[in-house]
Amino acid sequence: MIRFLFRRLMWFVVTMTVVMSVSFFLMKNVKGGPFDTERALEPAIEANIQARYHLDWPLWKQFLHYTGPFNLDERGLAGTQEKVLGGVLSGDFGPSFRYRDFTVNDIIGQALPISALLGVVSMMWALALGVSTGIASALRRGSGVDLALRLAATGGIALPNFVIAGFLIIIFVFMIPLLPVAGWGSIKEMLLPGFCLGLVYAAYLARLTRTGMLEALSQDHIRTAQAKGLSPRTVVLRHALKGGLLPVVSYLGPATAGILTGSLVIERIFFIPGLGSHFVNSASNRDYTLAMGVTILYTVLVYSMNTVVDLAYTLLDPRIDLAEEA
Amino acid sequence: MSAADPKRFDLDDATAERLLREAQEHKGISLWQDAGRRLRRNRPSWYAMVFLIGFGLLSFLAPLLPLRSPVRSNLDITLHAPTLDGGDGNYLAALDPEADSALVARQIEKDYWELSSLDHGLISLRRMIFGSWQTGHWLGTDHLGRDLLSRIVWGSRTSILVSLAAALCSLVIGVFYGAFSGLVGGRIDNLMMRTVDILYSIPFIFVVIFLITLIGDYRQVLEEEWGLDREKVFYLVIGAVFWLTMARVVRGQVLSLKHAEFVQAARVMGASTFHILCKHIVPNVLSIVIVYLTLTIPAVMLFEAFLSFLGLGVEPPRVSWGLIAVDGTSAINPLRIHWWVVIFPALAMGCTLLALNVLGDGLRDALDPKMRGKD
Amino acid sequence: MPLLSVKNLAVRFETHHGTVRAVDGISFDMEEGETLGLVGESGSGKSVTNLALLGLIPSPPGVMSGQVHFDGQEISALSEPELRTVRGNRIAMIFQDPMTSLNPLLTVGRQMTEVLELHKGKSHSEAMRLAAVGLGEVGLSEPESRLAQYPHELSGGMRQRVMIAMGLLCEPRLLLADEPTTALDVTIQAQILELMAEVQRRHGTAIILVTHDLGVVAGTADRVAVMYAGRIVEEGPTHQLFKNPHHPYTQGLLSSVPRLDSDTSQKMSSIPGTPPDLAEMPPGCAFAPRCPNVQVECKSERPELLPSGVPGRSNACPLFASAGSAEADSAEAHP
Repeated sequence: MIRFLFRRLMWFVVTMTVVMSVSFFLMKNVKGGPFDTERALEPAIEANIQARYHLDWPLWKQFLHYTGPFNLDERGLAGTQEKVLGGVLSGDFGPSFRYRDFTVNDIIGQALPISALLGVVSMMWALALGVSTGIASALRRGSGVDLALRLAATGGIALPNFVIAGFLIIIFVFMIPLLPVAGWGSIKEMLLPGFCLGLVYAAYLARLTRTGMLEALSQDHIRTAQAKGLSPRTVVLRHALKGGLLPVVSYLGPATAGILTGSLVIERIFFIPGLGSHFVNSASNRDYTLAMGVTILYTVLVYSMNTVVDLAYTLLDPRIDLAEEA
Repeated sequence: MSAADPKRFDLDDATAERLLREAQEHKGISLWQDAGRRLRRNRPSWYAMVFLIGFGLLSFLAPLLPLRSPVRSNLDITLHAPTLDGGDGNYLAALDPEADSALVARQIEKDYWELSSLDHGLISLRRMIFGSWQTGHWLGTDHLGRDLLSRIVWGSRTSILVSLAAALCSLVIGVFYGAFSGLVGGRIDNLMMRTVDILYSIPFIFVVIFLITLIGDYRQVLEEEWGLDREKVFYLVIGAVFWLTMARVVRGQVLSLKHAEFVQAARVMGASTFHILCKHIVPNVLSIVIVYLTLTIPAVMLFEAFLSFLGLGVEPPRVSWGLIAVDGTSAINPLRIHWWVVIFPALAMGCTLLALNVLGDGLRDALDPKMRGKD
Repeated sequence: MPLLSVKNLAVRFETHHGTVRAVDGISFDMEEGETLGLVGESGSGKSVTNLALLGLIPSPPGVMSGQVHFDGQEISALSEPELRTVRGNRIAMIFQDPMTSLNPLLTVGRQMTEVLELHKGKSHSEAMRLAAVGLGEVGLSEPESRLAQYPHELSGGMRQRVMIAMGLLCEPRLLLADEPTTALDVTIQAQILELMAEVQRRHGTAIILVTHDLGVVAGTADRVAVMYAGRIVEEGPTHQLFKNPHHPYTQGLLSSVPRLDSDTSQKMSSIPGTPPDLAEMPPGCAFAPRCPNVQVECKSERPELLPSGVPGRSNACPLFASAGSAEADSAEAHP
């Protein structure tokens, strides 16, 4: 187990190095970036940029300063106290280029909890809806219920989430004024966005669960369990469920990544001040530090989630040996 | 007693002949035949395929149909509900029939965008058949007074084209990468797959958004020096996002095939590597590639819609379903519900993607070798 | 009163290709504590018979008919919840491949204790104790630690012992064994068979041993029933049946078993032809197309399983019933 985590950590380091090098390279070389010397800027701003980004330093030093974990400033900015740690690896994503008075950390700090909550709500919707309908579908294979649920699931992945959101807004906000159209804070406001964001993944999960359960229920040991006189409920819950849900667990990694992506759209539609909206704006604002900061953060999240999923998988299936990675 | 002693096996010519005849009478079923048969039996998938072929044809022949211009806006009739009254005879009314063909072409393009010569040909054919008749606003108009029916039909062309091109792009990259990795095996395979894993953890969507925004800045350079217009860059970028899964899947399949007993048996029987590749590995990989292709296309279409939502999709005057869907969703307001701007694009897109998914599922079931011969 | 009495049991499956008669009307009895070997080739319906006794035939495609009396009760008429009290409790079943028949995701202990908790109302700790005792009885070392292990951590032979122990936990009167040794090495086979014999001695459990391996049956069964195409063609005490088979199919089977002392210059004998398609059974005797003694009547009338004049034996070949009994009598008298 320790070896497994260690190996994961190592690859994480490699991944992060790649991501950060690429970001840094882009920032330095791209037109309109903070370091673009072709742009004509006010002298005051230019001096500020020079100071903040240490453009007079050699390239490798700039890179190390950006990545951290050590603050390579000999003196703090504007006379503030010198910090020992700095750079991305110590959690400092640098100053925002667009919002001059804020650091990227400030912005992320404000928006992350909101996005995180949205993500959690969506995942909960996805799991609750997807897994339950998948199991129901599997247990009533071939029935009308099964067909209807399968159709619904296939339909859920056939429309862009903003279109579905549009429909739902028409129904639940305008036609039946049940939920508010925008804003964030109360539970009522969380329901619809969370549902819209989670719906696609609910559809995928429903399909996966159904296939997984059908496969699990066709195994020989289910026959043994029945021959022992166990009730159908016990057979499904104790003998089939674990095996049937394994593919669901594996899917949680990509699902997380998907929810993070989808949030870009959902946050815009429902005017939720989360990280997604910031990212989209940062791209058009050429606010590279913010953009890269968000990207790095998301990479960390997805990577961690994938690792957690792999760990969970081994807990569920005792046959899997962590020491051998496929 | 020698093994070649005929008496020991008691097999004379007549018996051998009879056995051969009996054997030939039993027709075996190849994988493709079996798959085709099962696909045909699978009703929903069959209908889905028919629908897609029909729709594809319709989309291809769009210039031939007597539709209105998808680009021409008329601010007097914005957001008009669908009407079933017949059309009018105003198609290309402003066209000067006397002008030379090049001028005519450019004038036509004002009502569309840059069209290929094939499309121009089809339009001429249409004018010969239907004259200047065009349909009415059978599906209503959008917020700029543009005909929705025409936009949906023409939009399908772009969406289908983009999806196919990008999916094929991802297919080519993915298949080569995965097949190579699987065949070579060993350390190189390990390294290549690790790279894929790393790329997988990077939320590529962000990179894409970033890239497309960037590319906006470098547009001139790209077009002049490399001949890449925004469209082509689009295909490449999207293809670059989706090849990862294909590579993984192909590599997995190649790996399991490499060690499959029938491949080893073929080798033992003296088949050359090339023969094994063609007769055994490629067909088995092909089936899984087809399935994934059918499932990648909807993913790309949705992605294109996603990018359109963020303003990074195809540019006007071109139309794509993503763009229409976005226009539709932005027209939603609590005062007057303009249902047609949302429903019709959603129907078109939903049906197509549904059909693709159903077909993909059907193909996967049909080609699954574990199901061969069973039902 | 026989422990088990099966009358006209039939199982058919409705499929695209037609109605498959997997079991086509069989009847037999079993006494307490005896071992009945149910022998036949693949597709003869022997495994389906076992499943049918417990009512485990999957119901949409499968339809069961006939009567099964067990321990004075007509279990074929029981409702599903009532049947569940019989399964694993008064009649237990063990299966062919212990790797796939045991749940890979649950510990051995969990799989064993659940029958005790369900049928005997034991507490978890009590059930674990009994399970450990059961494992010890089947010859597993360190039973307590086995309980915490998963099936994939045990060898094939050990897993089958677990299966047997699991089946016996509730002290059933009848054990249905479906090819219990087929998936095992020959040496382990012998051990398992001996274990089953010992278990029978100790608990007095009756065993139906389904197998295609005549050797297995010869060593362990008291009586043998030979099945072909879903029907029983012959039945009798093992020793007598093997020494002097009455039905042509049984004769063919036994002569096709290679022997160490046979003449290697001779071709091995086999029964010509192939078993019939169970969806399209010929009228009359199922074996007629392949029978060396076939007569005209054989093809039109289906023969019944009748006592053959020798006590305890019956067979379904009308020819033998009449002509052969005299010879049989003398053969039995001078073994």
